[in-house]
This record gives sequence, structure tokens and C-alpha cells, in this order.
Amino acid sequence: MATKIFKHIQTSVVPLPIENIDTDQIIPARFLKATTREGFGNNLFRDWRFDNDGNPKQDFVLNNPIYSGKILVAGKNFGCGSSREHAAWALADYGFDAVVSSFFADIFKGNALNNGLLPVQVSDDFLKKLFEVIDADPHAVIEIDLVDQFIKIVATGEQESFEVNPYKKACMTNGYDDIDYILSKKELVEEFEAAK
Amino acid sequence: MGQTLFDKIWDAHVVSSNEGFPDILYIDTHFIHEVTSPQAFDGLRNRGLPVFRPQQTVATADHNVPTWDQHLPIKEELSRYQVDMLTKNCAEFGIELYGLGHPFQGIVHVIGPELGITRPGGTYVCGDSHTSTHGAFGAIAFGIGTSQVEQVMATQCLLQSRPKRMKIEVNGKLQNGVGAKDIILYIISQISAAGGTGYAVEYAGDTIRALSMEGRMTICNMSIEMGARCGLIAPDETTINYVKGREFAPKGEEWDKAVAYWQTLYSDEDAEFDSVLSFKAEDIEPMITYGTNPGMGIGVTQHVPETASFEAKEQGSYKKALDYMGLHDDEQLLGKPIDYVFIGSCTNSRIEDLRQVAEFVKGKHKADNVTVWVVPGSKQVQEQAIREGLDKIFDAAGFPLREPGCSACLGMNEDKIPAGKYCVSTSNRNFEGRQGPNSRTFLASPLTAAASAITGKVTDIRDFLKDEELVG
Repeated sequence: MATKIFKHIQTSVVPLPIENIDTDQIIPARFLKATTREGFGNNLFRDWRFDNDGNPKQDFVLNNPIYSGKILVAGKNFGCGSSREHAAWALADYGFDAVVSSFFADIFKGNALNNGLLPVQVSDDFLKKLFEVIDADPHAVIEIDLVDQFIKIVATGEQESFEVNPYKKACMTNGYDDIDYILSKKELVEEFEAAK
Repeated sequence: MGQTLFDKIWDAHVVSSNEGFPDILYIDTHFIHEVTSPQAFDGLRNRGLPVFRPQQTVATADHNVPTWDQHLPIKEELSRYQVDMLTKNCAEFGIELYGLGHPFQGIVHVIGPELGITRPGGTYVCGDSHTSTHGAFGAIAFGIGTSQVEQVMATQCLLQSRPKRMKIEVNGKLQNGVGAKDIILYIISQISAAGGTGYAVEYAGDTIRALSMEGRMTICNMSIEMGARCGLIAPDETTINYVKGREFAPKGEEWDKAVAYWQTLYSDEDAEFDSVLSFKAEDIEPMITYGTNPGMGIGVTQHVPETASFEAKEQGSYKKALDYMGLHDDEQLLGKPIDYVFIGSCTNSRIEDLRQVAEFVKGKHKADNVTVWVVPGSKQVQEQAIREGLDKIFDAAGFPLREPGCSACLGMNEDKIPAGKYCVSTSNRNFEGRQGPNSRTFLASPLTAAASAITGKVTDIRDFLKDEELVG
């Protein structure tokens, strides 16, 4: 089945310079009772974004109108904890196309790639530079190119290349999905079972 | 060159390996539950696909079931809807369901092992990060996302790149009162919540060897809390004795054949690991966490670190964690009053955990300022505890034995820790809001949790054990 295609984006960004952001913060467990994939964006970062009465917390970046864009830039070890794919759904549903960090938790990274949300892992130094640039200019524009695998600060031209699994890159740039691929090898699965 | 245990199991399950692609890995058993499966079933319907191997799929309801009055309909509407949806989906796709009221119902990572479904050399997945638990049997077990749940339903395979291999050795004699939970909290505190990311971790060494299966499951369970893809321990007599005779364990000739294979499952002496770490058992104190990720742990007599001891770029996140926890630099947790004690979760809700707690609390009573919840990991654990009279000991101590489920580990049901309250918890995560909005979690062992319930404050179990001979 076709999934969302990602090749290239150029956009302002939302900075979240906190380390070890776990998937319970991205989408708290009490919002996992939905049985469809839609609507999780409303509760993205719920307890950082809203107080107990549901009022927006003014000091949280998603409530600050200065910041907007399709890229979230976050501290290291982003997406640790629970395997809930709802975290990737919530980020994508809110409108993010990519998350940039200096380190990602494995399961989150896989979930993001399966949902057209690109995890871009940069060096500690580049991440620091990104936060500095955004701090100086909240409207700073960042370019991410999946085809040529680079991330660039448009105003200064500073860029860094990033790694991505070549298979997942092919999936994201063409909209393929893993199930189609395995089903194309179904006879091998049956041979494996027969030989067990 | 020799092979690691991980590679032996991996290689035995590779259906197809192509340059530039992740391997197609065959999955022996797929465990599913109500929270991360509904969208996967929908995906199958949209593709017009059946569950490829329903007889290799096992379902239970655990994440948002109530732990009191389970015989009554679930009160909370969304939880009831999700559990009903699982029932309908399992019926439609021909999957065995151990739902509420079934004698095998329980936390998915407790029932797989106790039913003899989890075995050495197997591959197991579940849409839950604590699937790493099953690795305690010398198996490969991954937590997966819902797209992958759908993938495994559709193909009985998982597309996966081979992770790097890490060996963590623990050798030596544990102090009295120190157990498996302390070992794993100690390891994570030493290597951080990201220290295992990208690795399959094999635990080895004589301290690990000496652990029961329950203890080994506690260790492997928390592998994910250091970011590891999975954790595993080579099978031995302890493993084989645990599996033998269980409901779905192989029988007769099949058993002998299986055991002969299991005995080949170890890392060869010349096997190479990408990373090797060693720890001394004697260095491990009863552990407690003070922060908002499981790497933020200290020995129970130690003080909370100073903000200034961290690099400048980490100080903001550190301070945020301390503020959330209502703690300050250099504070000692020992003696800090607490409000709740939760004994349960896929980390510490097995019969051995309950026996250990019961033995310790027998003849004691909880402090007035503390509410205690003891939540068994499964219906079988609950029944066993009752047969052994543990429920009466718990009742007398003010520790009511509830009914099985994930409960206050993640507060998807009614078992939530109120805002601002402190809970000493035997679960696996101290993230902000994990046990309920604005709840504050101190992760610890069952013995530390039980001792803290008795005194009403964070307690060093060793202070009790001076007079008692109890080994953690």
C-alpha cells in the first residue's frame, strides 16, 4: 500500500532543546485508547502543552506563535521509552514531516520511517549550531534533502550529511511499504516454514 | 570465528537476506494486546489480507483492564471499547484470546513465559517495548510499532537490520537485600538511558547465572530502558527446568529434541562482541531512581547529583527533571516520605516477586501515610498467590492483592498516582506523568518498595535485614 512520499523540504522549524524526550511525553498513555490512526496531533506533547484544565501553557514552544514549521529540532535520545507508534502518528498528524536530533531511540526511528516522518540524525555540534541559529532567528529556514541526504541551514549554507538505511530511503522516496516487500517474497517464507 | 548467542538465533530465523535491505526474519510467536493492535487489524482489512499464521499469534487484554472487580463490565468507556475491539478482531481473524475471565489472562510478558510459549532459541515480537523480557530464555524478542504488528500479522516475518552485539557481564556476590532489579537499575545508571541503543545485549557472568528465571526476566525486561533492541541470557539448567511441564512446552520426544538444541545456544568462547562491559556485583547497592528517566538512578544511601556536575548543555534537561520530581541538588532520598507503593508490572509481578514481598511483610503493617497496590502479573500468578496464602499475609499488612494487568505502571486504567504524589514503584519507567498526570515515580526493587511501604518513607532494605536473613 502506498505511504506518504518524502523527498525534500525547506521550512522554518520548531526547537525543543530537551534531552531524552520519551514517547510518554510525545503522547501520554491515556490517549492511546483510540482505535484509528487519526487525531493524535491534538494531544501531541499534551502535558507540556496544556495545563490540567486544558489551557495552553504559554511557555511551551508549540504555543509560541513565533515558532512554526514542518521540522521539529530536539535534544538527544529523542523517542526513547514505549514502542507506541502513536508517537510518530501524533507528530505527523500535528504537521511535522521530519524530526532532527543528535540521537534517536531505535523503535521510534523505525516507527517514524514507517509513517513518512523522517528522523534526521545530526552531530552534537550541528545540533548545537541549529539551536543557536534558531535562537538568533526564530524564522530561520532549514532544508532537508532525503535524496542527497543532507540538512542545510539555508541562510549560512552550513550543511551536514545524514545516514539513512538505503531500503527505507527507497521506501520513503517512492511511497513503498514493508508489507508489500515481504509479500513479494512470500514463497521464501513458506519454504522457510517447510524446512523448519 | 565463533558466533554469539544472538547471531545463532538470528541466523536460524533469516528467511531472506539481501544486500542493502534489512533481513526478513521469521517470527515464531507474535503476542498482541488491545492497545497497539486495532490499527493493525484495520490495515489488514484495508489490504484484504488474513492473519497469515493465526495459530502463532497469542492475544491477551492487559494494558487498560481494571485490577478490581474484573468480573464486572469495564466501567471506562474507551477502555471497554478497546478491549471489545480486541475480542471482535481475534474472533474475525481466528486468533486465540486470553481475555478477561480466562484463566491464562495477564500481562503479555508474564503469560508467554509462564505458559511455556516463550522458549530458548525462539523469536518473539509484540507491540510493546518490554517484549525484551522474553530474551531471558535465550531468545530474540523485540518490541515493535503498530505498522510492524500489521507486518507480522500479514507475513509472520519482521523486516529488521541486524543490530550490533554487546555483552554485559556481572560477576561476584550480591549484597544481602540486593536483587535482579537493583542489578539492572545499576547498569542503566552507569551507561545511561541511551547506552544500549543499537545493540542486542547479552547478559553474562556468574551473578546473572545465579539468578532465577524471574530475576533474569526482570533484567531483560529493562533492556529497553537503556535503549537496547533486545536483551538475552543463554539458556541453562535453570531455564530448562522452568520451561519443563508448562502448558504449551514441548512434551515427550519433542521435549528431548528441543533440549538438545537449546544446549547449543550460547556465545562461543571466541565470539566477538561490538562492545563488552563488566560490573562487580559487590558494587551494587539497593537502587532507587530520582529523576524522569530510568538512567537517573542512585544507590539508596547516595545523594541526588549536583546540577553543576553535568555538562552545560545537559543542565537544562537535568534541572527540568529535578523540578518535576520536587527534588533539589544533593538531596538524600533516604527518609523521604512517600504516598504510594506499587508492586506490579511486567518487571516485577511474578510469583517469586510476590513471595519475596510476602515473606518480608509477614507480621508487619504498612505506614498510615501510604497506599499500597499489589498487582499480580497474571491470573495464574494471582491464583498461585492465593493457594499459597500470600493474599492473607498481604491483607494483614494492608497490601491488598488486586487482579492482573499493567495497572499503575502506565495508568491507562483507573490505577493512577495522583498529581504531585510520590510512588515507590517496582515498574520500569519514571517518565513524567507515566503513572498519572504529574505523578512522581521512584523506581526500585520489590523489597525496597515493600520496606518503604512499612516505614512510609524511602528505606534502605538492608536496615531491616540486619536482623533477618532475606536475600533479594
